[in-house]
Amino acid sequence: MSKKPRIKVPKKAAKGEIVQIKTLISHNMETGTRKDKSGKLIPRNIINKFTCTLNGKEVLSANLYPSVAANPYFAFHVRATESGTFEFTWTDDEGKEIKASNEMTVA
Amino acid sequence: MEKKIWGAVAMLGLGGLLVACQPGGPKLIDKADTTSDTRSGYSYAEPETQAMQDDDFNNPAMLWADIGGDQWTTVDGEAGKSCQSCHGEAAKSMKGVGAKFPIWDAKLKTPKAVEMQINECRTERMKAQPWKWESDQMLGMTMYVKMQSRGMPVNVDVSGPMKAWLERGKEFYNTRRGLLDMACSHCHVDNAGNMIRANRLSQGQANGFPTYRLKWQKPGSLHRRFKGCNDQVRAEPFKRGSEEYLALETYVMWRASGLPVETPAVRN
Repeated sequence: MSKKPRIKVPKKAAKGEIVQIKTLISHNMETGTRKDKSGKLIPRNIINKFTCTLNGKEVLSANLYPSVAANPYFAFHVRATESGTFEFTWTDDEGKEIKASNEMTVA
Repeated sequence: MEKKIWGAVAMLGLGGLLVACQPGGPKLIDKADTTSDTRSGYSYAEPETQAMQDDDFNNPAMLWADIGGDQWTTVDGEAGKSCQSCHGEAAKSMKGVGAKFPIWDAKLKTPKAVEMQINECRTERMKAQPWKWESDQMLGMTMYVKMQSRGMPVNVDVSGPMKAWLERGKEFYNTRRGLLDMACSHCHVDNAGNMIRANRLSQGQANGFPTYRLKWQKPGSLHRRFKGCNDQVRAEPFKRGSEEYLALETYVMWRASGLPVETPAVRN
């Protein structure tokens, strides 16, 4: 069952205003150090990269490591310079990309 | 003069003590009955964990609650119905419903948990496949239904046939079991508030289930928690939805009477 990421971006912002963006995504974040019932290592599968772009320009990029808990939550601040679409991408070890986007109008 | 100064010092000392006591003291979630000593697990949780629960965005259980919300309007099964076809808007029709469970099931002659009600609707009304107790859909839907009663007091009707089940649950609660020979009450009545290794024991109130547990890194049902507790005292756990756990749920929910429904709660 795939769960949609949760994203909070203000719909409107004044030019130059600093706005907060929050994201929450569902992911197991399998560390690669756990063993299954037969004693075999469960291969690592974590979200290793998170990026946020505004109109194609990168505003935030983060590398994640195995100590990050399941269902990673990000909150960060962006200065509102132009209207446009924020695009969020989470990439995991299996190469799966989860994408989401959100609009913001700068007046 | 000397006396006066001493008085002032004593006052200051007392004031300092009062101030020092306050931040460390347990915070009660707004609860009508603060005279009773029934305390939500929320009041035992670390401030960081409380903050996660307080902010609906930050609360990771909401990812599952979203599934529940989606499923509410999703048509499934041969009858071509969704939950909404019969119940309409969940915010209206389900308000207060979750706070009353478990209720008496006249057909099965057992208490009925929310999970059972959902599957009854799915198989009988929607003619759809039942969900597994611990599936994402079931957790999500149970959460979504119970969420509509958030802040309302837990109010289980234990009259009539439920009375015997309440007694049975109470017996379970106070019966020693497992290699460690421990009953639920040893931790959650006798030692609530004390540490068990690095964790603080709560009263084991069930007003926030399905709860997101940081240890599980996902939400879990009340019966999963029961199983966990039974495992930890090295007893043979029962199945989710078993008569034993339904009786226990009846007792545990009755014990939480008056506490606000917190679903979906966040605990360590």
